[in-house]
Amino acid sequence: MSTAVQGGTLSAPLVRLSGLVKEYPAYVAGRGNVTIRAVDRVDLDIAPGEAYGLVGESGSGKTTLARCLLRLVDTTAGRIEVAGQDVTNATGAGLRALRREMQVVFQDPVGSLDPRSRVADVVAEPLRTHLRLGAKEIEARVLTLLDEVGLGRTFLGRRAHELSGGQCQRVAIARAVALRPRLLVLDEPTSALDVSVQAQILNLLADLRREHGLTYLLISHDLGVVRYLCDRIGVMYLGRIVEQGPAARTMAAPTHPYTQALLASRPSVDGVEGVALVRGEPPSLTDPPPGCSFHPRCWLRAELGDPDRCVDEPPDLRVLAPGVTAACHFAPATPTTDHAPVPR
Amino acid sequence: MSGERARTGALPITAEQPTTGTLPNTAEQPTTGTLPSTAEQLIRAAAPTPVLEIRGLRLAFQGEERRTVALDGIDLVIAPGEAVGVVGETGCGKTVTGLAAMRLLPASARLTADVLQFDGRDLLTLDDGALRRIRGAEVAMIFQNPTSAFNPVFTIGAQMADVLAAHDRERGDAARERIRIVMASVGMPDVERVMRAYPHQLSGGMLQRAMIATALLCRPRLIIADEPTTALDVTIAAQILALLRRLQLDEGFSVMLITHDLGVVRRVCDRVAVLYAGRVVESATTEALFAAPQHPYTRGLLAAVPRTSASSGPLQTIPGSVPTDIGSITGCAFAPRCPVVQDRCRAEAPWLRDLEPARAAACHFPGVSVVSA
Repeated sequence: MSTAVQGGTLSAPLVRLSGLVKEYPAYVAGRGNVTIRAVDRVDLDIAPGEAYGLVGESGSGKTTLARCLLRLVDTTAGRIEVAGQDVTNATGAGLRALRREMQVVFQDPVGSLDPRSRVADVVAEPLRTHLRLGAKEIEARVLTLLDEVGLGRTFLGRRAHELSGGQCQRVAIARAVALRPRLLVLDEPTSALDVSVQAQILNLLADLRREHGLTYLLISHDLGVVRYLCDRIGVMYLGRIVEQGPAARTMAAPTHPYTQALLASRPSVDGVEGVALVRGEPPSLTDPPPGCSFHPRCWLRAELGDPDRCVDEPPDLRVLAPGVTAACHFAPATPTTDHAPVPR
Repeated sequence: MSGERARTGALPITAEQPTTGTLPNTAEQPTTGTLPSTAEQLIRAAAPTPVLEIRGLRLAFQGEERRTVALDGIDLVIAPGEAVGVVGETGCGKTVTGLAAMRLLPASARLTADVLQFDGRDLLTLDDGALRRIRGAEVAMIFQNPTSAFNPVFTIGAQMADVLAAHDRERGDAARERIRIVMASVGMPDVERVMRAYPHQLSGGMLQRAMIATALLCRPRLIIADEPTTALDVTIAAQILALLRRLQLDEGFSVMLITHDLGVVRRVCDRVAVLYAGRVVESATTEALFAAPQHPYTRGLLAAVPRTSASSGPLQTIPGSVPTDIGSITGCAFAPRCPVVQDRCRAEAPWLRDLEPARAAACHFPGVSVVSA
């Protein structure tokens, strides 16, 4: 799993987002039509073979970012490259070729399968769409793929409603890796599953990545899931990445006060990590706070006596340690290796 | 009905009790409840009446063609002021246990129990009027999805006033005053605006606060919270859990917290019951359960959770999946997935039995984590 870390510096990134912006029109009572910025000037490189985890709460922009990357929606500004190819303006055959390189697994395992299709057809569909193969060849590949995700020949004729959630997700994963893509986008792939089944799927994803050298962009609200699968993580808040760093280090010694609050809020089975209560609720995207968007809820700012700088000046990402960047004016530059201080 | 079962609850009963509850055969179990022994009567006289007492609760749904067993003998006792977590995976019966405790099941439900009592009153024999007086007043429920729990076409304030009116409590200005007090106690910002707001105008976190406030209106003895934070973001969920715990400690009501998340239980509960295939497989104080889980299913669940601390090697999994046809199981329902299964487990269903005071497991080989050669 550690082979990827070097990629960021040694080889060209597989995924490169530069200044990515995605805006949507919205209507707000009393104000009329407004524009909301779901993703706000995000720069992100993912190395070949790396697993990158995006965490954040609802509305933070993590799914929108993935949809832009997959070209399921057009971007407002900025540039997206996958394997050196421009995704942002790709059309026709160029876009089709790119889609072979990047596949996706969605959250809802049952809903992401056509209820009328047999498993064999679900897994064969990308092969039929993108490759010219004979029926025998397709059948052989489908069987190989099902075997890779731990499903046997008996599943070929079944439909989604005859499968458990975990089995549906295995089928969705088989479909996603059918074309041997280089990038797999995993959008909350286990959050609809029970914990014992989740563990099976996470192990499968780790195995597939190792065997095929896959690159992952994993979106999850569960820090444990991200920690298990990913080399690096980015924490999003209101459309921006506010902290980025190696997964192990960021979990052990988070630097941004929001990351610290996320970790402390997580109900852990290993004991109370600190009952950190972030004040209030995430602000609305229609009315983002000035300066640092986290400042109205920030416990660190409160501890420092509510300095004006957080309101006046949006913080840029700064390097706080090797490989660690955070967008906070006051995050200490040399985080301790202890667990984060527990905010009150 | 028996000391064996009572000891899984908060009652301080020890090993000399009769063990009729451990009969392995479910079919011959009387469903009317037997008279308690003299010793148990004495102990009961000393102990406070449990807020909720469930013993031998069985539930099946009668379909046109077949009968689906949902609960296969649940034992659960909640003492006054106690927060008990009911944990398990999809289909284990945790939600229907909560619904059964409020008698909120559909007509197809076939419910039997040795004991199903709220505050000493037999929920199985109460008439509809009596049940209505209990529901929403003495027992309140908090649901997972706060958006669908409120009626979208009435304001929050009007819906809360309805609860008070339905139970012949405060009306008019007095009702509004009571609502304000309760809203303040749940930390609701901008109370006047929220009372005039429709559900769609509030965030999920605000609505969940409003639902907790609604539950508190009539000063309940018991709150049943079914996945109260599952739909919420983690920072908001932490606020709501802390709020629920603070209110529970301050006001002294009891809580049945139904969740799939062991981390949530660890945060707010005094005691935990782990459900599997319609039965309680382990019951212990929260501290004891997490320190040394005795049932192999509990151990498996805890090991399968991905941690934020150092990880190495693959996650432990529980092979297979939850059984869907509970009614047809012989032996221990967990046996097909159990890493330490023995011949006896496939033949004979283990009953929930005490391992030490306030700690019980339904396993022939509790605490065994390695199969001996």
